[in-house]
Amino acid sequence: MKRNLLSRWLLLGEWQAHRLQIVVAVIAIALGIAMGFSIHLINSAAVNEFSAAVKSLSGQSDLQVRATQPTFDEMLYPLLAQHDGVAVASPVLEIQAAIPGKPGDDRSNTLKILGVDVYRAVAMTPDLVGVPAEGRVFDVLADDAIFLSPAAMEWLAVRQGDRLPLRLGTKTVTLRVAGGLVRAHAGQRIAVMDIGAAQWHFDHVGVLSRIDLKLKPGIQRAAFKAALAKALPAQYQVTETADQERRVHNMSRAYRINLNVLALVALFTGMFLVFSTQVLSTLRRRPQFALLRVLGLTRSQILRQILRESSLLGMLGSLLGLGLGYALAATALHVYGGELGGGFFPEIKPSIQLSPLAALLFFLLGVSATLLGSLMPAWEAARAHPAPALKSGSEEMALAGLRTPWPALVCLVLAIILTQLPPVVGLPIFGYFAVALLLIGGIAWMPSLAAWFFAGLSRAGNRLTAGVLATLALTRLTNAPQQAAIALGGVLASFSLMVAMAIMVASFRISIEDWLTHILPADLYMRTEVRQDAIGFTPQEQQAIAAAAGIGRLDLIRSLQITLDAGWPTVTLIARPIDMSDPANTLPLTDDALSPAEIPLDAVPIWVSEAMVDLYDYQVGKRVALPLSEVPQDYVVAGVWRDYGRQFGAIQMQLSDYQRISGEWQVNEAALWLQDSITPQQLMAALKALPFGESLTFWQPNEIRAISLKIFDRSFAVTYLLELIAVGVGLLGVAASFSAQALRRIKEFGMLRHIGVTRGQIYRMLALEGGLLAGFGISIGFILGWSISLILIFIVNPQSFHWTMQLHLPWPWLAIMALAMLLAAALTALVAGRQAVSGSVIRAVKEDW
Amino acid sequence: MRKLLTLLLWLTPLGMLLAAPPVYTPVTPRALVFPEDFGAHENFRNEWWYMTGWLETPDRQPLGFQVTFFRPTTEHDEDNPSRFAPKRLIIGHAALSDPKAGKLLHEEKSMREGFGLAYAKAGNSEVKLDEWYFVREADGRYRTYVEGDDFALELSLTPTQPLMLQGLDGFLRKGSKPGLASYYYSEPHLQVSGTVTRDHRAIAVKGSAWLDHEWFSEYLDPNAEGWDWTGINLDDGSALMAFQMRGKDGGRIWAYAGLRDPSGHMTIFSPDEVSFHPVRTWRSSRTDAVYPIAMRIRTGNIEWQLEPMIDDQELDSRFSAATIYWEGAVTVTRDGQPAGRGYLELTGYDKPLSM
Repeated sequence: MKRNLLSRWLLLGEWQAHRLQIVVAVIAIALGIAMGFSIHLINSAAVNEFSAAVKSLSGQSDLQVRATQPTFDEMLYPLLAQHDGVAVASPVLEIQAAIPGKPGDDRSNTLKILGVDVYRAVAMTPDLVGVPAEGRVFDVLADDAIFLSPAAMEWLAVRQGDRLPLRLGTKTVTLRVAGGLVRAHAGQRIAVMDIGAAQWHFDHVGVLSRIDLKLKPGIQRAAFKAALAKALPAQYQVTETADQERRVHNMSRAYRINLNVLALVALFTGMFLVFSTQVLSTLRRRPQFALLRVLGLTRSQILRQILRESSLLGMLGSLLGLGLGYALAATALHVYGGELGGGFFPEIKPSIQLSPLAALLFFLLGVSATLLGSLMPAWEAARAHPAPALKSGSEEMALAGLRTPWPALVCLVLAIILTQLPPVVGLPIFGYFAVALLLIGGIAWMPSLAAWFFAGLSRAGNRLTAGVLATLALTRLTNAPQQAAIALGGVLASFSLMVAMAIMVASFRISIEDWLTHILPADLYMRTEVRQDAIGFTPQEQQAIAAAAGIGRLDLIRSLQITLDAGWPTVTLIARPIDMSDPANTLPLTDDALSPAEIPLDAVPIWVSEAMVDLYDYQVGKRVALPLSEVPQDYVVAGVWRDYGRQFGAIQMQLSDYQRISGEWQVNEAALWLQDSITPQQLMAALKALPFGESLTFWQPNEIRAISLKIFDRSFAVTYLLELIAVGVGLLGVAASFSAQALRRIKEFGMLRHIGVTRGQIYRMLALEGGLLAGFGISIGFILGWSISLILIFIVNPQSFHWTMQLHLPWPWLAIMALAMLLAAALTALVAGRQAVSGSVIRAVKEDW
Repeated sequence: MRKLLTLLLWLTPLGMLLAAPPVYTPVTPRALVFPEDFGAHENFRNEWWYMTGWLETPDRQPLGFQVTFFRPTTEHDEDNPSRFAPKRLIIGHAALSDPKAGKLLHEEKSMREGFGLAYAKAGNSEVKLDEWYFVREADGRYRTYVEGDDFALELSLTPTQPLMLQGLDGFLRKGSKPGLASYYYSEPHLQVSGTVTRDHRAIAVKGSAWLDHEWFSEYLDPNAEGWDWTGINLDDGSALMAFQMRGKDGGRIWAYAGLRDPSGHMTIFSPDEVSFHPVRTWRSSRTDAVYPIAMRIRTGNIEWQLEPMIDDQELDSRFSAATIYWEGAVTVTRDGQPAGRGYLELTGYDKPLSM
């Protein structure tokens, strides 16, 4: 009973006396937890939502048959429908139709339309059966009817009975909104219509996108799947819903994990901050604890008291963090959607789902981070001998253990070794460990490094007979480096991360700009409004385009999606004229390429993006097979090019080779070089006047560049936000530790005032101390950040996204950040000091003697 | 020429609005020609083969069965070149009435015609609907197979009497308006043998059935609410078919009855010689529809009493045929004496039919 009273009394007393530090510690924990928790919530909402949407689209089906290309011959359908063991076969044609007049890039202005046979779908994918108006049952078969999910109706602002114009390739079709898809997944934007009408209106007669299969009771799915995959020609793939989910998972995994790591970094910074505030507060209270020991409290009672205090702080901060994280996630989902600007999950609008287990996990993480942070100082305080601890100035002694640089150096060496290791299951796990070790090593090295550095500076200062203030500041920093180093830890961690991210993002952005310039050499680009599944320009239309006046050179391009592995997203195949004498004129090749003379005559040359090398092992010189024709054909990898556009791989080949092999003569894009006599606007007007001109979309290279960079910036928006928060947390740490130190130096300042130092001079000394300390932290942080950025650029990015980039340092931006940090630190030191200096001089000297 | 015009119109979105409605062959009096008329007539709006009958299990338990294949034409544009274009559908209904179960077991299945998976062939009665089929063999025997979650029927139906052409040699009017008519022949007293499979157990059955084959383009008077129909195999070898079209105003629009005696003599009753009188009604708890499941039917001076095998023989085919109807096995008495067994069909009691 008494002990409880004492404990409460100690706690309240401490908290009342040092409100700012308590608030800072709580905010640090809360921010760390909030970042981690909100990113977890967003990721799980997006992934769950997408999985549910995929499940809803594949319904009750046991298996799905697709082809390596977007569509295949419909005559497979009767074969599968009558196949032994198949209960129901449901044919589906997927169309991505453009909405005329709907603004946006092509990822977000298309409507996914599923052409289904309602009598098959009702048994397989009941969610995809339209609900017609009362008394119009046969609208589900009508040739002019389309059914929209609630989200699609809202997006298109149409209602039952309205007419909806849709565009595919060069053709516009107007359909009647005959009803809704009431069971469509919430937020999912899809439409359903009769498969026969879809084939007809969208020029896909004779082809299907997939066939869903439901097996008869008692049929072993795995065995059936294997047998069917073997029996079907090579261009078909038999997949399960699980494969689909794996594909979605793979698609966004690297992005999600990188975000999670960033969140962990925020949590780590927060934890470090808690650690430093706990260390400083425990140190400050060493005499108090010593007194309690003298008065009869045991060591373990002291230890428990300190841990009790910090766990209370941890709980408070974690709870606040959970609430804040939830609010952040809800706002981010509302503003950016589930992909956080990454563009991985179009068509869905996830809603936040709170999992109590995850919340509990993050809560425990926050509390244990706080406990861990205070464990070391608590242990030290409990173990200390009461007699010396009671004396003032013993704090530095308590931290003597931090002076040895060896653990820090071990961390740094280990980090360098880890950078040499390969990825684990396609993820740069060791790369992240290296980043973490670099950070920990850097921070742990700070005390000895700071002592060594400031001692050197102080000697140099003495030689140069620097002013009294500078000498005072330097002497203080030289002789009490441990406390300074702890204050610096927060600055170091946040600034180095900020530097690393800034260098990485700048390198990435500049590499992309260079790449865009290289891949967009023409004056004007043109394509039909939608690319995917679009049949594009017929040979007649191609001639009509070529005949337009003012075109100096015309490159026709055929791009399509092919599937090489059912577990991975599709690969883009781009067929276009390539300069055979020097492919580097057409493609942004890396150094890895065959010379034209080395290309074998019996194989078709293809040039692959870097991702193809990592994901499919398409090494230069390797012979590979592609599903482009019924007849087997050898292809040889003739070179590797940089591609920042398609993370899951792209292949380029000669258009003439593609047309010869596939027998397909349509193209869907054109690159136009203008004669001097004509402006892009004039040519666009001339082409718009063609019979199919209305559906043409034109792009000028600078527009594509602007859009690409906009998408780039959007996908890094969250990164910027996390950076800013990390810096904010770091500065809070500086403020907290400076004010804590300044309060303990009241008597020191009192002495100085007594020997004639003016109040203004003390302020200047404090600002100088803060500035020197921050300057040192910033310099080390810069070196650390630069090293981390090397890991991010040359290890994390190639391993998780399969692209390489060149290093670019954004000097002006870095200088501005460093200066801002320096000023903030000096100001913080000053403001914290004011409190300590402003009191009565006499009392200040009397205190605690 | 019309095709070309339509094609040109399709190049503009306007074409959608001007798509021509399908044109069906009108039904006019003509002599039926066999074997051609056994087969499907795809230029008519709708067509069906309707089998109803009584079966008996080895332990002498009665069962009623119905197997129907419809071949409706939709309003889907005839110019659609897609093989999936649902211009014609094949719909199958199968029902089993079991007095022990006290209700109807039924299955339905619909598909668009095409890909050799579902079709109704011309020239001979041959309908396929995935595993379901109905086919007339060279010797005139019919074979049919239907299956579902609850039961499967595999039956062979052998004719014992000549075809019974309804109306005027197979041309049967359905109302006073010209054009409201169908081509219609029946095959009564079909001798049935086969198996009924329930709960994975096949039971041999035999019995007697009635087949109707009817095709038409215009069937229902706009003022009609529905119809009552019956087909009875009489114990003495006679066959009776009677129907009435009910008006939305509660009155009667049209009626007909044909009675063929064992010697083959056909008596046709004009509308005013035929009347239906409800004796007992039953309310469906599922749809709230009220059906006159026990009827007194007068043809000329004969009065037939129809009593259902079980009350609940309602069939909900809202998904396949967009309708709910009652189709049940009935026993028939004449002057209080058992006279035969057959089926009674009651449509338009849920809401007025539209066809």
